[in-house]
Amino acid sequence: MRRAPTWWLQLAVTLLTAAFLIVPAIQSILAGLTVNYFQGLSSGLTLKWIGRVWDLYSDSIFLSLWLAVTCLAVTLVIGVPAAYALARNPGRLSRMLEEFISLPLAVPGLALALALLQLYGTMSGFRTSWTFILAGHVLYTLPFMVRSVLAVLMAMDFRSLEESAATLGASAPTRFRTIIVPSALPGILAGSLTVVTLSIGEFNLTWMLHTPYLKTLPVGLADSYASMRLEVASAYTLVFFVMIVPLLMAMQWATARAQRIAR
Amino acid sequence: MTLTIRNTAKTFADGTKALLPTDLAVGPGEILSLLGPSGCGKTTLLRIIAGLERPDAGSEVRFGDADVTNLAVERRNVGMVFQSYALFPNMSVRANVGYGLKVRGVEKAERDRRVDEVLKLCRLNAFAERSVRALSGGQQQRVALARAVAPRPRILLLDEPLSALDAALRDSLRDELAAMLRQFGITAVFVTHDQGEALAIADRIAVMSEGKLRQVGTPEDLYHAPASPFVARFIGNAMALDGRREGTSLVLPGGALSLPEPAVGKTAYVRAECVRLDPEGQLEGVVKSATFSGGHYRLSIGGVLAGDSLLQAHHAGRTAPRAGDTVRLAISPSDLLLLSDELPRPA
Repeated sequence: MRRAPTWWLQLAVTLLTAAFLIVPAIQSILAGLTVNYFQGLSSGLTLKWIGRVWDLYSDSIFLSLWLAVTCLAVTLVIGVPAAYALARNPGRLSRMLEEFISLPLAVPGLALALALLQLYGTMSGFRTSWTFILAGHVLYTLPFMVRSVLAVLMAMDFRSLEESAATLGASAPTRFRTIIVPSALPGILAGSLTVVTLSIGEFNLTWMLHTPYLKTLPVGLADSYASMRLEVASAYTLVFFVMIVPLLMAMQWATARAQRIAR
Repeated sequence: MTLTIRNTAKTFADGTKALLPTDLAVGPGEILSLLGPSGCGKTTLLRIIAGLERPDAGSEVRFGDADVTNLAVERRNVGMVFQSYALFPNMSVRANVGYGLKVRGVEKAERDRRVDEVLKLCRLNAFAERSVRALSGGQQQRVALARAVAPRPRILLLDEPLSALDAALRDSLRDELAAMLRQFGITAVFVTHDQGEALAIADRIAVMSEGKLRQVGTPEDLYHAPASPFVARFIGNAMALDGRREGTSLVLPGGALSLPEPAVGKTAYVRAECVRLDPEGQLEGVVKSATFSGGHYRLSIGGVLAGDSLLQAHHAGRTAPRAGDTVRLAISPSDLLLLSDELPRPA
């Protein structure tokens, strides 16, 4: 089958773009696996650097995972009922509130962090605890959870579903638990994956809020770039990839699914 | 159970009076239809009975001896079939039907027994484990009905239960729904804008317009003895015969009709099925169109009524006059409905 010249042109542009994005990543991964990067691959492959990353930064990895899990828990507890309340009361006040929750998306993370520091910086117990970073992460990820759940709720006739559950004898908490949450589940799943991914990858805000004893994965990454040999920093990138890429893929899948339902 | 509604009204927050003070009683096991055009307040009244809408102060809704006016919807023990059916999409047919029993804390063995019983009554046993998304419109409607009756409600409420179905299905399901409602023997109120549905299903019909009950009666009563021009027009499409009165005769552009009584201050109405083609008839007109509709021809006849109004007639012969033919028509005096002109609506 003969293809039009434009098809070949498109293929070339696509491959070039992909290469532009992927080659540095591959190079970086290889750097983390070679014995000596300056001598090249001829110096041999090793897992030594990954071991070194683990020795130096395993605390950061666990802190990031812990932060992501607690951040998810908090956004679920606040975000799902908030989305439900917004969906139930469609009005100007709700729209304003929704925009207000979404404000952290528009404000740079650094400004957000500065505001948190100004407000709570003097409360040293809070300032030096991991919950301070958690507060920042919740602030930043909450709109993603609320919007994701809200979109799915708005797309279905949840009011009729709830009314029919009520006529069948279900009280308000039972209706929320047995009807609203299961119906909004695709949105909750998509929102959850987004929150976890964003929390693990968040740098701007966290960099401002962290203390020397509380470095998250991306903050540790910056630290290793600044102060370690290139192979260690590259091995760190590899570790980061391994953690974040499956999450990103799952997020893509869940978001596409939620959008299909919302349509 | 007897449903009694006294002085019940609903004014929405924006001041719209959706329902003016209304009294109504529905006897045990009776099927009552709330019939009226859209926006007449019939759905509001149904939602007040269900407890989904709060009526104005001074209203009273009683289930038997119990005053339920201030009882929350989930404690009223009503069964409701929604216009959209509102089936729970994340549950199977069985889980949908069993939901009401489950939230009431009925234990699993008893619940399964009851669900099976209701599924069988509604001929849904074959679909019990299916997802409700995999059902046809008619099956979904039966699931909605089964779900509403499974907890043995005190009253069954149906909001336009057939309107989500396509026309061909609607007619066959109408009789099926009527048969199932009789089988359950539960007091039922169902809302519809379709007179055919109301006539076929209901024991009694309450005709509503503009937030008011216009007339409550058996289908036969409403058809043969409508209390107002609105009811006459809404049920059976009665046509007004506007003409000059000369004693007991009514002079129309197409001829004179004799009235059964002088009927001062009343207007005569007639239905298309009561207008006959008759060579000896008193009225004369010109056929404007003749449409064959299976059992009969529908004739539109000009020149009989004042202005451009066309008189509709049903003609049951094997042949019919064509457009342009001049025909003579007869209406027997006993088929005329003499009704007082509608009073101006109280402000």
